[in-house]
Amino acid sequence: MKKERPVTSEEKKEPEAACCSPEPSCAPSPEPVAEDCCLPDPGLAPGCCRMTAEGVSVHYGRKKVIEDVSLAMAPGRITAIIGPSGCGKSTFLSTLNRMSDLVPGCAVTGDVRLEGESIFAPGTDLIALRRRIGMIFQKPNPFPLSIRRNIHLPLREAGTRDRETLDGITERVLRSVGLWDEVSDRLDSSAHALSGGQQQRLCIARAVALDPDVLLFDEPCSALDPISSAVVEELIASLRRQYTVVIVTHNMAQARRIAESVAVFWVQGGTGRLIEQGDLEEVFEGTTNPIVQDYIRGGRG
Amino acid sequence: MSGLSLPTSSGTEERLVTTSIWTIALLVCGVFLWIVSDVVLNGLAGLSISYLVEAPAQGGRAGGILPILVSTLSILAVALIAAIPLGLGTAILLAEFTRRGGTFPTVVARSLDVLAAVPSIVFGLFGNAFFCVWLGLGYSILAGGLTLACMVLPILIRSLEAAFRAIPDEYRLAAAALGMSRTRTTLSVLLPQAAPGLVVGLVLGVGRVLAETAALLFTSGYVDRMPESWLDSGRSLSIHIFDLAMNVPGGEPNAYTSALVLIVMLLLINGAAAWGADRWVRRATGTS
Repeated sequence: MKKERPVTSEEKKEPEAACCSPEPSCAPSPEPVAEDCCLPDPGLAPGCCRMTAEGVSVHYGRKKVIEDVSLAMAPGRITAIIGPSGCGKSTFLSTLNRMSDLVPGCAVTGDVRLEGESIFAPGTDLIALRRRIGMIFQKPNPFPLSIRRNIHLPLREAGTRDRETLDGITERVLRSVGLWDEVSDRLDSSAHALSGGQQQRLCIARAVALDPDVLLFDEPCSALDPISSAVVEELIASLRRQYTVVIVTHNMAQARRIAESVAVFWVQGGTGRLIEQGDLEEVFEGTTNPIVQDYIRGGRG
Repeated sequence: MSGLSLPTSSGTEERLVTTSIWTIALLVCGVFLWIVSDVVLNGLAGLSISYLVEAPAQGGRAGGILPILVSTLSILAVALIAAIPLGLGTAILLAEFTRRGGTFPTVVARSLDVLAAVPSIVFGLFGNAFFCVWLGLGYSILAGGLTLACMVLPILIRSLEAAFRAIPDEYRLAAAALGMSRTRTTLSVLLPQAAPGLVVGLVLGVGRVLAETAALLFTSGYVDRMPESWLDSGRSLSIHIFDLAMNVPGGEPNAYTSALVLIVMLLLINGAAAWGADRWVRRATGTS
């Protein structure tokens, strides 16, 4: 596989494609920026949105899966959610774009706010919401369509009809994930003919094409071989400052390499809880929680 | 058979099982070949262009089968035009728009299974009472086609539903996460994937329509003139074969020739369905 060059800033998102401008519903909140905010970052893309979870609990039927998770995901930063299997990381992630709604018997309490507005407010347009908050899954899941149509289809559904515009966006996002040179001569062949790593990058391109504010990654590298995994990881790191990124990962080294903030989930009494959160250094070097210390040390070894 | 060559033991049991399996397989193929060769050997002599383009004479002993071919294809067309949209709609409703394992889809699915097993003569009586008498269509191609549509629907729906259910959820999740509506997801992503199910349903359905005799006697009738409208009575090929073999002295050679035409027609239509579905899938998925 070809090695990818890191994306240059010119190739990145254009300034007018600010994520919060087009829809009135996502205008910046009238309240002043919340207290735990880091200082505005000069390199931040204008539309990066702040996401906060407040006291989120999730039940599958009678079983409580996660309890009382409050987490602030700073705009333009990469927040990694780590923790052992079955501690509710992915469940928590799926509440952030309300994919949890699709699971029968899944009930969410608490609130998630995007720029101060509750995504659980009655009458929330789920389709518009999920265009603003993209999601990339563990197993690459391009549609069984051509590469081109994988990107065109969600865009058309979002109202972009003009063929030239569609092709322009396709080229831009495929370049931004380093896939253009590999696939530009076979855009009309099936996306399933691509390798796993290429498929995952196509999925990222497809999400980015909708110009979202937030990107959620659910263990995006765990189904990939080490080389593809490194390429995808580098790509995710390059999304910093352009999107608010939340990534669930099993891989402690990966969290350390790309994340700026870390949240550690743990199972306590059969229920997943958030036991530690903060800046990367703070958590990895300065934590006083013995469980976290052990987990991080174990992950290092 | 799987592509693996699993180790075989040389015991008696192994040999016995292998021999039995091969014997059964050869028997099945043998019966099929016997039927086909019987029809071909006896029917080929009477087959000619004039047989296909002339009207029958002397009750079918002489002449051709043109009006019968036209009636058969018309009945098939009516049946498919009615059954495909209804079948697709119901299958999509069952597989995509109702909760899995819920009461409604389960009840509908069970009802369809029972319907699929109902003898065709019962469909014929129903079609006669409902389409011919109650709706006033009389003995007509329309009534016959619609009756056959009712017969084909259960098979079509069940095979399409199975095809939709076999599509992995990851596509539905991906589409939902990209802000795509369920309707668009179903039409643009899932439907092309369900095409093989459509082909299976069509092959089974077309087979059933072309083979049907009993139900058509009550609904489309057996007039062997060229039909002039959808409301005319028309004789299907299978009824023609039945009539020649049972009611017309000396009609047997032409019964064989008609049977040969029927088999060839079935193969051609099935081939066309598979080809058409493949073409459509290529276009729908944007792959060349």
